[in-house]
Amino acid sequence: MYQLDWSSIPGALPFLWQGMKISLEITLVAIAAGIFWGTILALMRLSPVRALSLLATGYVSLFRSIPLVMVLLWFFLVVPTLLRDVLGLSHATDLRLASAMVGFALFEAAYYSEIMRAGIQSVSRGQAQAALALGMRPLQAMWLVVLPQAFRNMLPLLLTQAIILFQDTSLVYVSALADFFGAAYKVGDRDGRLVEMLLFAGAVYFVICSAASFAVRRFQRRLAA
Amino acid sequence: MISIRDVHKSYGTVEVLSGCSTEVKKGEVIVVCGPSGSGKSTLIKCVNGLEPIQSGEIVVDGISVAARRTNLPKLRARVGMVFQHFDLFPHLKVIDNLTLAQRKVLGRREEEARARAFSLLDRVGLREHAHKHPGELSGGQQQRVAIARSLALDPICMLFDEPTSALDPEMINEVLDVMVALARDGMTMIVVTHEMGFARRVAHRIVFMDRGKIVEDAPTADFFAAPKTDRARQFLSKILQH
Repeated sequence: MYQLDWSSIPGALPFLWQGMKISLEITLVAIAAGIFWGTILALMRLSPVRALSLLATGYVSLFRSIPLVMVLLWFFLVVPTLLRDVLGLSHATDLRLASAMVGFALFEAAYYSEIMRAGIQSVSRGQAQAALALGMRPLQAMWLVVLPQAFRNMLPLLLTQAIILFQDTSLVYVSALADFFGAAYKVGDRDGRLVEMLLFAGAVYFVICSAASFAVRRFQRRLAA
Repeated sequence: MISIRDVHKSYGTVEVLSGCSTEVKKGEVIVVCGPSGSGKSTLIKCVNGLEPIQSGEIVVDGISVAARRTNLPKLRARVGMVFQHFDLFPHLKVIDNLTLAQRKVLGRREEEARARAFSLLDRVGLREHAHKHPGELSGGQQQRVAIARSLALDPICMLFDEPTSALDPEMINEVLDVMVALARDGMTMIVVTHEMGFARRVAHRIVFMDRGKIVEDAPTADFFAAPKTDRARQFLSKILQH
């Protein structure tokens, strides 16, 4: 019978916290950049200009049809070389974090754009019409009147997607980047306590994500009330 | 001030306006009526270019609405429009509904926009509701706010698209009162409505539409006393029956 031994956890906590900070950093940057780029994609997709709409549709279906882990790997391979060439950085500069953020942002944008598209369509046509009738230009009407309402209607879905994104950040282990999951793996591997560390990491993800989901549900009820 | 000349418009193969023409002089109040689906709403949405037209011409204050070089946003800022479902911006307070376009379209400063907004809220009797959201107001109050929102841009004329059709009966008069006062002040107005009492009281002319055509365009008294067409007679007898 395998004896569980949790003794390596307390000493590893500072290192694990460093990892958690990386996970959170990637999550926040990917949420912000993903929603920004996703909103632009949604606008392109709804645009009467056929070329823009096709481009956005192509982008979204591309990123929704390939596994995230593969996107991340490509970015680990491509982005660092690209950035070094463009910015003239030395090979010592660690760009794994930056490429992870870029990869996640581009990938998540495909999902956020679908959420924002539904959000924009959830705002009644009369709103845009009223804004235009007041002399606003189409993009002004979108930015000042339609998007704030779309964003508010979609907030629960955007937050739920953010929780999924937080879990998905664990995939950066493919670049040996020490996010929370990567850090836990490294400690477990070093101490020969992989089972315990992975159970612990799983428990932490579970607590954070279920607490966040609970908060979103409460928030949603308040919004509906 | 507004001239509509032989306007045609169709959705696909369905023609919704076929050869509409009329003139509206400065200070005139025109009521457009007719059975539903006759093209009334479409016609006034063409006046500020919310609906494009296929042929003919609409000229507002010397500017051709459908011309390619026309700056539509600039023109629309000078033509007020009030909708059937109010379409206030629900995410903004009443006061911000009134200042948004003043600031972003006319480029007025915040204090100036607020001063104009408060004076208009006084005029429609809703100053004390300035800091509420539209959802907290009754339909009649919302429509009065919507009228104030349009007036805040100091329009040269106002278009009303069935402004009381979505209201409970007891709220219709508070909105009509605001419109009557506006008409008495000399505002140029085109009003699509079924409120024949309002039409009799303030309209200078009645435009009666049926199946995309203007079938009658007459001074108010003449229209009610002796409609020239059978279609208008039928319509009047139906809606004035009760």
